[in-house]
Amino acid sequence: MGSYFSDDTVNKSQELTKKWEDEVAHSVVQSPDQKSRWSTVSDLEIKQLYTPEDIKDADFARDIGAPGEFPYLRGNQPTGYRGRYWTFRMFSGMGSAADTNARWHMLLREGQTGLSTAFDFPTLMGYDTDSPNARGECGRCGVAIDTLDDFLTLVDKIPLDKVTTSMTINPPASVLWAMYCAAADKKGVPLSKIGGTIQNDMLKEFIAQKTFMCPPEPSVRIISDTVEFGTKYVPKWNTISISGYHIREAGSTAVQELAFTLRDGIEYVEDAIRRKGMDVDSFAPRLSFFFNSHIDFFEEICKMRAARRIWAHVMKERFHAKNPRSWWLRFHTQTAGCSLTAQQPYNNVVRTAIEALAGVLGGTQSLHTNSLDEVLALPSEHSVQIALRTQQIIAEETGVANTIDPLAGSYFIESLTNKMEEEAWKYITKIDEMGGMIAAIDKGFPQLEIADAAYRFQKQIDHNEKVMVGVNKYVTSEEQPIPILQIDEKVEQEQLKRLADIKRRRDSRAVSTDLNDLKNACTTGKNVMPYCIKAVKDMATLQEICDVYREAFGEYRDPGLF
Amino acid sequence: MAERRIRIMVAKPGLDGHDRGARILARAFRDAGYEVIYTGCHQTPEQIAAAAVQEDVDLVGLSCLSGAHGYLFPRVVELLKEKGAEDITVIGGGIIPDQDFQKLYDAGIKAIFTPGATLDSILDWIKNNLKPRE
Repeated sequence: MGSYFSDDTVNKSQELTKKWEDEVAHSVVQSPDQKSRWSTVSDLEIKQLYTPEDIKDADFARDIGAPGEFPYLRGNQPTGYRGRYWTFRMFSGMGSAADTNARWHMLLREGQTGLSTAFDFPTLMGYDTDSPNARGECGRCGVAIDTLDDFLTLVDKIPLDKVTTSMTINPPASVLWAMYCAAADKKGVPLSKIGGTIQNDMLKEFIAQKTFMCPPEPSVRIISDTVEFGTKYVPKWNTISISGYHIREAGSTAVQELAFTLRDGIEYVEDAIRRKGMDVDSFAPRLSFFFNSHIDFFEEICKMRAARRIWAHVMKERFHAKNPRSWWLRFHTQTAGCSLTAQQPYNNVVRTAIEALAGVLGGTQSLHTNSLDEVLALPSEHSVQIALRTQQIIAEETGVANTIDPLAGSYFIESLTNKMEEEAWKYITKIDEMGGMIAAIDKGFPQLEIADAAYRFQKQIDHNEKVMVGVNKYVTSEEQPIPILQIDEKVEQEQLKRLADIKRRRDSRAVSTDLNDLKNACTTGKNVMPYCIKAVKDMATLQEICDVYREAFGEYRDPGLF
Repeated sequence: MAERRIRIMVAKPGLDGHDRGARILARAFRDAGYEVIYTGCHQTPEQIAAAAVQEDVDLVGLSCLSGAHGYLFPRVVELLKEKGAEDITVIGGGIIPDQDFQKLYDAGIKAIFTPGATLDSILDWIKNNLKPRE
């Protein structure tokens, strides 16, 4: 029942393919294959030709189906992009809160439809600008936020009930989200009206991105606190964005990105159910995902399609979710930073356009396109405008949004989607057998799998087995430098002054009471969120709150696996 | 007497967690026959200098992609000097704009490798320029 092709078609295909193979055997003498092995950028082997035979075991109704229907291979929404384009959500942040606020307003003027914050390293790691660990880092890789005062500057004149904001923040996610909630409160916007996403995905930090504070177990506990708080009080907020992006940037293959990300997702769902006793359908619809769109066009499209189908099965069969919204995998996409080259940087515009197109054909809900200069520095205003225009051209000029999941049914696309799903399940099962993701991380399993893949790829580049244009092929000797954005050293001085001023002005007794209350919540298992919100309103700093976590839960140190 | 094997420390100063390059290099050095120590992420210049002296390394390779190299790299060289270990060669890499190179060379960084540098080019540089410490 429901097979993709009739036996007759498969037989006919076999016959024709056989004939074709014989012809190829003759012509191969004149033009032999350029390579002995053809593979994706992740090294997945690709056949010369795909035919109906490659998907003869697929069941149309079960495996492909219609958009908006289980298993959502063809998208969550029955109407695709015809109802609404994906959200144009450019990742930005640099210098001070005022600098970043200005960039946000510029992007909104240019047609961006959602906000996304990049924080600097001290903020990401839970340190204030005046920490000795923060020297030289202030405002360099994103915006510096120490207190609610900075946060209010960041969201100045941003209508928090209308624009959704994504915050790329992990160890201190509860603190930054508390600032968002407190800022909404100050602006008179109820928590039920604010929408956005905190990345809040710690497992991938241990696996790949390496911004961490506390060990994995208590880190996941704080995440479950945010999931519980969001479910009760901030219903439009995505409390976790389960992220493969950084796993891929750290050098994983597409299959590893798919498998480790979804297995991380399983871990969060299990923890919220076990620790908080929550009903899966009460919070699963607000889980979101984040994938990398790398340069290998079809591999990326198939990865995203496979992700939706795997997650639908996980939610329905493993967690017995009943609400169809719990079965959806909604995701943001960012084009691959690691695919960009410092050499001939204008080529990056082309790479980004192709990667963005893959994200769209993969059915992303939200997209960030990298700027051509991001391999060298934070993007300039001019380069970020080109990157945003890239999305707008794809949406409004190319016609790819005219129909839903236009590549479905292709022998190659469906076969590669199946292959990626199959390979991802192998990893998921293996991690299950290890006792889950935290146990796997303790063993260094995902870390070393990624290190292997990254090293293999670098060797392929060094030996010209894979091509990076401008790096190991078509190299030019004379290159014109491009203008890049520099962060003034004054940013750090001014931030230090503002922080000192806040510390002088605030009621320090209230702050120490708040921090004490938070510490008690940590040790007694109470939800930390209300205590965080109270503390940030009294101008406790980011680091002061994070120090409470460090004290209560201990600090994690990079084991330095390679 | 067997010749002492050259010891290399790969270090990640500052708060930056982009360790892909550092880990690839650590493997490449190991495969090339060097003894390799990798610090892991989030090391202060003080921790790096102390570990380099303690481990008696011949070379420290610093990797930073956060833009804080201007402070962090020279600080490591300065601290090594304070510890009487100025003969430890220090090289650096990561996202480092061309215009910052001279300042880093002046501060005592011996070589800088940025995106696109091949593993072989880095290994060649070490073969041609690294003198084991006495």
